[in-house]
Amino acid sequence: MRAPRPTARGERTEPVWTGLLWISPWLIGFVGLVIFPLALSLYYSLTDYSVLEPPVYLGADNYRHLLHDSLFWTALGNNALYAAVFIPLSTAIALAIASLLARPMRWVSFFRAAVFVPSLVPIVATAMIWLWLFNSEYGLVNQALRALRLPAPNWLKDPNWAMISIIIISLWQIGRSVVVYIAAMREVPRHLYEAAHIDGFGRWGRFWHVTLPMISPSILFNVVLGIIDAWQVFAIPYIMTEGGPGRATYFYTHYLYDNAFRFMNMGYASALAWVQLVLILALTGVAFLISRRLVHYSAA
Amino acid sequence: MIRPDTSPPSPRRAPPIASGIVLCVLAVLYAMPLVWMVFTSIKPEDQAISTPPVLLPTPAAEAPRFASENYSAVWNDPSVRFPLYLRNTLIIAALAVSGMVVSSAVVAYGFARVRWRFRGVMFALVLATLMVPFPVVMTPLYSIFRSLGWIGTFKPLWVPAWFAYGGGLSIFLLRQFYMTIPRELDEAARLDGCGHFGIFFRIILPLSKPALAMVALFYFNYVWNDFITPYIFLNHQDQFTLALGLQLYQSQAGNTPWNLLMAASTLVVAPVLLLFFLTQRTFVQGVAAEGIKG
Repeated sequence: MRAPRPTARGERTEPVWTGLLWISPWLIGFVGLVIFPLALSLYYSLTDYSVLEPPVYLGADNYRHLLHDSLFWTALGNNALYAAVFIPLSTAIALAIASLLARPMRWVSFFRAAVFVPSLVPIVATAMIWLWLFNSEYGLVNQALRALRLPAPNWLKDPNWAMISIIIISLWQIGRSVVVYIAAMREVPRHLYEAAHIDGFGRWGRFWHVTLPMISPSILFNVVLGIIDAWQVFAIPYIMTEGGPGRATYFYTHYLYDNAFRFMNMGYASALAWVQLVLILALTGVAFLISRRLVHYSAA
Repeated sequence: MIRPDTSPPSPRRAPPIASGIVLCVLAVLYAMPLVWMVFTSIKPEDQAISTPPVLLPTPAAEAPRFASENYSAVWNDPSVRFPLYLRNTLIIAALAVSGMVVSSAVVAYGFARVRWRFRGVMFALVLATLMVPFPVVMTPLYSIFRSLGWIGTFKPLWVPAWFAYGGGLSIFLLRQFYMTIPRELDEAARLDGCGHFGIFFRIILPLSKPALAMVALFYFNYVWNDFITPYIFLNHQDQFTLALGLQLYQSQAGNTPWNLLMAASTLVVAPVLLLFFLTQRTFVQGVAAEGIKG
């Protein structure tokens, strides 16, 4: 297949090696920094490996041990709780904010910037700012609550409130999804709204029957990203609460990090990593299946 | 994609009262943490922790003095060396950002302008790598970089960028942009005797400057914000980035005064915000493009 041959549209298909040459930077990175590490990690997950000594083959022992490891279940449970609360909550809030900000009006770019800018704040700075805001004595949040005669919880030190604190901080950084939703809403053809208006739909009806179905690909995109990100949450709880109080904010990636770099148990960490990957792929698959069904409903 | 807003200009009316109020409350809630950080950073310590809180340092004329006192206390701290961390961050960012721009520009050309078998499959793989979370590969990457002798050097933080590692979105954005460039230009260049390299350098690159700038901006922001990668691969304080320095500043003393900690945080946040306000349009369009066509 050396000679370029014409395709249906009269454009030439070129030899495979030309294409491979152009994408070779990515290809090398893909093989060396993704595929090889994944394979290596699969192998490590079957071994006892401390970095300092060569790996010792164990078979499926690491995976069997996971089942009886209460810390694994705690971290998994905490992370699942976080994902289960944060993803729907943030989707609803981001959609609500976006629908307020999608219309052209005075000051709109100011409001958009106000909501978007927090999502740019570096994660360590975010942790510092909220440590200060959630300080039980001098923090602005509790001073405001006290002024309103509301109960002022010890946010980060109270096991019942620490997870809520982490979720609030994540909600402060939803600006990116808001921007994506605004852009998607502005692409919805106007005549659909006019038709819905003629059919007697009110504002809520138009949002539910026109806007939501039309922007559903963007919602799916954000939900999938949300699933992937939620299982990677690490820096905020690691810096702010060190997983505590007790184990209230001990997240999955934190446990993975501890095994790899504190307990020097790279084999076990790799088993955790593979469970994480399978979990994310499975959840993403479920999201795609559900979305397919939703699209079907709206078309019917 | 990256294109000007083509919708007809509509009259900008004030929002209805009810949603106006909601919007103001939202803006205050979202802006307050940053505003409060800046206000705290210019107060003397006793006023930072006064109850009830004071909005501005009193007397207000003291604010400039405390701003300069707090910021110079942070900047000149002998144990946590922010000027050095700034330098490190800029070196890493320059090497990593240029690597990402060069590699994703070349790779995107291969996906947008060269027709070859398996192109679709390969591009699907590019997008699939977005699904591989960093924690999953961090353990093996650590042992690979360790055997290369890279742990404790800047290399793990910038060499991968030259191989478009983590560049799925950059490649995606550039490919979309390249596809909007008319094919007739290629044909004309071909008649003039240009091959792919000529077309890439003389036509595609000059025409895609805005898209390249966007990729650079996004990746700079990523490098500046990143915590976990330098945290794992650097082990010496002299090599720390600003993000690590800020964390060190907080953890080392344990009881860092809030006004100084907020001054340090402002130092780390300010460049990001400045960059955003200078490039607002490009930035927001890029974020939107990722999500709509994704």
